[in-house]
Amino acid sequence: MSAADFRKLADLFPNETVTHSYVQDIALPGTVGRPGPGTFALVTLDNDLDHTKPTTLGPNTLVELGTVLEGLRGRAARGEIVGVGVTGKPHYLVAGADLSAVKSLEQREHGLWMAQLGHDVYATLANLGVPSFAFINGAALGGGLEIALQSTYRTVSTGAGALALPEAFLGLVPGWGGVYILPRLVGPENAVKVMIENPLSNNRTLSGAEAFKLGIADALFEPADFLEQSLAWAAGVISGDVVPERANAVDPSSPEAATRWAAAVEAGRAFVEAKTSNASPAPAKVLDILEVNRTMTAAESAALECETLAELMQTDEFRSTVYAFLDLVQKRAKRPAGAPDRKLARPVTKVGVVGAGLMAGQLALLFARQLKVPVVLTDIDQARVDKGVAYVHAEVDKLLAKKRLSQDAANRTKALVTGSVSKDVFADADFVIEAVFEELHIKKQVFAELEGIVGTECILATNTSSLSVTEMAADLQHPERLVGFHFFNPVAVMPLLEIVRAPRTDDAVLATAFELAKSLKKTGVLVKDAAAFVVNRILLRLMGEVTAAFDEGTPAEVADNALRPMGLPMTPFTLLAMVGLPVAQHVQESLHAAFGDRFPVSTNLKKLIDNNVKALWETSPDGTRAIPASTLEMLSFGSSPSTGGQVLRRVQDALAEEIGHMLDEDVVAGPADIDLCMILGAGWPMFLGGIIPYLDRVGASERVNGKRFLAPGVASPAAG
Amino acid sequence: MSQHGSGASPRTVRDVVFVDGIRTPFGRAGEKGIYAGTRADDLIVKCIRGLLRRNPSLPSERIDEVAIAATTQTGDQGLTLGRTAALLAGLPRTVPGFAIDRMCAGAMTAVTTTAGGIGFGAYDVVVAGGVEHMGHHPMGSGADPNPRFMSERLVDPAALNMGNTAENLHDRFPAITKERTDAYAVASQDKLAAAYRDGKIQPDMVPVAARKPGEGWTVHSKDEPPRPGTSMADLAGLRTPFRAHGRVTAGNAAGLNDGATAAVLASSDAAAELGLPVKMRLVSYAYAGVEPEVMGIGPVPATEKALKNAGLTIDDIGLFEINEAFAVQVLSFLDHYGIADDDPRVNRYGGAIAVGHPLASSGVRLMIQLARQFEEDPSVRYGITTMCVGLGMGGTVIWENPHHPDYSGTPSGESAATVSEGAMA
Repeated sequence: MSAADFRKLADLFPNETVTHSYVQDIALPGTVGRPGPGTFALVTLDNDLDHTKPTTLGPNTLVELGTVLEGLRGRAARGEIVGVGVTGKPHYLVAGADLSAVKSLEQREHGLWMAQLGHDVYATLANLGVPSFAFINGAALGGGLEIALQSTYRTVSTGAGALALPEAFLGLVPGWGGVYILPRLVGPENAVKVMIENPLSNNRTLSGAEAFKLGIADALFEPADFLEQSLAWAAGVISGDVVPERANAVDPSSPEAATRWAAAVEAGRAFVEAKTSNASPAPAKVLDILEVNRTMTAAESAALECETLAELMQTDEFRSTVYAFLDLVQKRAKRPAGAPDRKLARPVTKVGVVGAGLMAGQLALLFARQLKVPVVLTDIDQARVDKGVAYVHAEVDKLLAKKRLSQDAANRTKALVTGSVSKDVFADADFVIEAVFEELHIKKQVFAELEGIVGTECILATNTSSLSVTEMAADLQHPERLVGFHFFNPVAVMPLLEIVRAPRTDDAVLATAFELAKSLKKTGVLVKDAAAFVVNRILLRLMGEVTAAFDEGTPAEVADNALRPMGLPMTPFTLLAMVGLPVAQHVQESLHAAFGDRFPVSTNLKKLIDNNVKALWETSPDGTRAIPASTLEMLSFGSSPSTGGQVLRRVQDALAEEIGHMLDEDVVAGPADIDLCMILGAGWPMFLGGIIPYLDRVGASERVNGKRFLAPGVASPAAG
Repeated sequence: MSQHGSGASPRTVRDVVFVDGIRTPFGRAGEKGIYAGTRADDLIVKCIRGLLRRNPSLPSERIDEVAIAATTQTGDQGLTLGRTAALLAGLPRTVPGFAIDRMCAGAMTAVTTTAGGIGFGAYDVVVAGGVEHMGHHPMGSGADPNPRFMSERLVDPAALNMGNTAENLHDRFPAITKERTDAYAVASQDKLAAAYRDGKIQPDMVPVAARKPGEGWTVHSKDEPPRPGTSMADLAGLRTPFRAHGRVTAGNAAGLNDGATAAVLASSDAAAELGLPVKMRLVSYAYAGVEPEVMGIGPVPATEKALKNAGLTIDDIGLFEINEAFAVQVLSFLDHYGIADDDPRVNRYGGAIAVGHPLASSGVRLMIQLARQFEEDPSVRYGITTMCVGLGMGGTVIWENPHHPDYSGTPSGESAATVSEGAMA
């Protein structure tokens, strides 16, 4: 086959942003007293757009690259060139397969062509008749890194970041040879780390130096003259002066390789199970191929890789991930729906935090670190204030110890955070947020007091998770300046911020809130003032159903593990313990008050709280979990236990019902915002698409509401 | 160490040596030039890194100063170029730097100024060089000449255009005809082509990767401006852009170019201590002013002054590296000293007419070429690098060849430390 045989596929994408393959002949440098080894053809992958438009590998791009490489193979055969190099435009080797193209391949056969096209092109690169070199100058993801892996040799820049094989995260496999070459190059253990552990750990990537250390690249050069040094190095390799050492390389036919291979695959499977409960098929497929390809030829593995890719491209999990990753996290998160014109935003040069408890301390630290403006905490007595400030200072010291902050930055951050027992210190603040006890009358009292102190332009914000922002604003002189600013725990880590617009919140205040969210490196999502907003409402609906099933007599083990097929980050009872039983109960009561029996208040839970039980499960020293007999004695159960399957279906239906209500109530601008909230605020997996694509996929939407939330094709295969 | 416990060290003047020099290939300025998409500061960074790579015994933290010249110090040549280049080149943050300007003699002035600092004892090792990206910074761009120049007739406005001053020089020296300047230019092209053929130019160039839209990356390792094989007939028909029926053409003048150069200088003690090569020893230098309208004659008084400072005469000079801004200006110098147009001591490897003249970078190119000629010709003891400078100046540096049997400095590789330790006892 030649790349041109795939023209029929490329023709399906007339609007592809093509990454071109430009070729330049370069006379390789010699050494003192000796001429260079000959002419080297350097291919630059370049879309001629600026750095905000990454280079990607779509069908047209691959056909062009393949055709160019076939030409170079001919030149190599004629003795015109002694080597071929591939590099990229600044900041990118190439970012990876064009996902928007891949997700629009509606037929399995087209997906198979795409997989085969990549292999065809990369096989040419790997068999040019002269050595090939990848000069990894910048980001190389997925198919981008596989171009490098398919080359005979690789150099990498210390300035390069984002080197990864993220396919397992996306719902695919590194199926353009990565899964075959990487274990041979760096060992099966490192290959599992790169192909499984990193993608499933918040899609972690490697730096150039890390890739070099693993053995992915043969040489490491600084960015200032990366290409010049890479070419000099290539000249050395071609002339035989430089022989790269590959300390981590493994001969798969060696006796110990079989053992290492099996152990690495087994470790990978345990990791996948722990992280995802195997709720998405892709990670296991990566390991399946890795397991069998030890004894395969590259061509045999390639055939398996292509079949697997074609299959996975048509899965809901892959489509939902692309929806969640591209459409939501990369696009929608950057342009929040309903946010007013950012030009209306007012500057925030000083922040006040009412309260000096744990949440207040977390907020103060975040504001001081990210905004770098003075932050002042207040509380009712000096001891509490001192404790709050001391907490922030101690956190700064921890960051300093971890080298996340320099000494100067630590000094600056500490100096920014002060405390007072008098709210007069808020007089010149632009933004004051309360983090006091979740009681409406207390919060109203705080805001009333603040209005007597702060300037007319000062924005007042509440971090309430369940109270009505509208009621909080009701008696204010300037209700237009109150906004809900709901963070998630832990504040430093969770990227979501629910920005709550009360009926009278004005546009300038809202615009400031969104700009503030961006400065805090959070994603703001606009939500209406409805009980518990988005994330907590959905989480509590879910926990309420599972708790109800438990109360009805479902064994704890069955109830708590019923949702494993969803691959959520933790089980409901674990989440309940983490949130804290009293907090969860408090929010549940608010929801019960607002929405009635959809949010039942569990009497069992109340008993646990009354008896100061922190968690249902207790882990014994040998690692097994059980509910202590003393806890069980407090509880009473019904006599209608459910199976795990019944609990799962009950939760699916409940979530579909609740989300249906939320959309009817216009809590958010659309289903996409619900998914975005669940991904960023609860860490729900992208292979669920957040939650809505999953509910459509399992039929809950149709069962409960009579229709899907999202049309087929939005976050699922169009035919599905 | 002092027994008295107070008072500064006694002042001693130290020998300054040229350790090594390197340059980028020169390009033609403009959209089609090889560096159209390359930043000026990146060009100088390649030179600094090339120097360090070639001199591994020089610890980068031992560099005491980075002086980089550019005529137009804005944009990619702005922001205190010596310091930014040092940071971009990856030198330790403890290494300071500054920017310097004497138009065409920028790099030469970077060398002589820091050499003065070495001689005085302020520095042990320095990097000095220059860059001009004339594609990004046409000569005089952004300048705002004081109107007094015109109103008080301080300088003929025409003197701000270098081509006009070259025509003026023809007026002053009628013996220098267009035929002579063209013949000189043809010879410059021929000499450079021969030097390339003999591998005299390539070793002192650092390759530069450059990317252009629609073409991708390539690496440049030879000069773009040369036009080997240029004949008298080729030059005869060229336009005379500065004066109708004039004499100065694009063929007998240096072009508009992009490029960078840099050199390492050291005290002879530091060179010995660090095991650095000594390619030349600085004997003396001088700058002199002339009428801006005939700036091309500047090398004559500058050379007079430098020779006087050194106690030498023109007859002691065995090699001349003179910048060829214009052929007429070189010939006016040669005529002054009674040197033949084709004297083999002059610009053996050709000059700026062939290789190009990225203004502030050229001074170090002259030094690089003289150093290589010293190495291949130990019979020569002294050589000069000299150039004319816009607004009516000349600059000359006299160098001694360490390969000459009568070399007066510390021979390369021998430590001077033993002598000073003896003196302390």
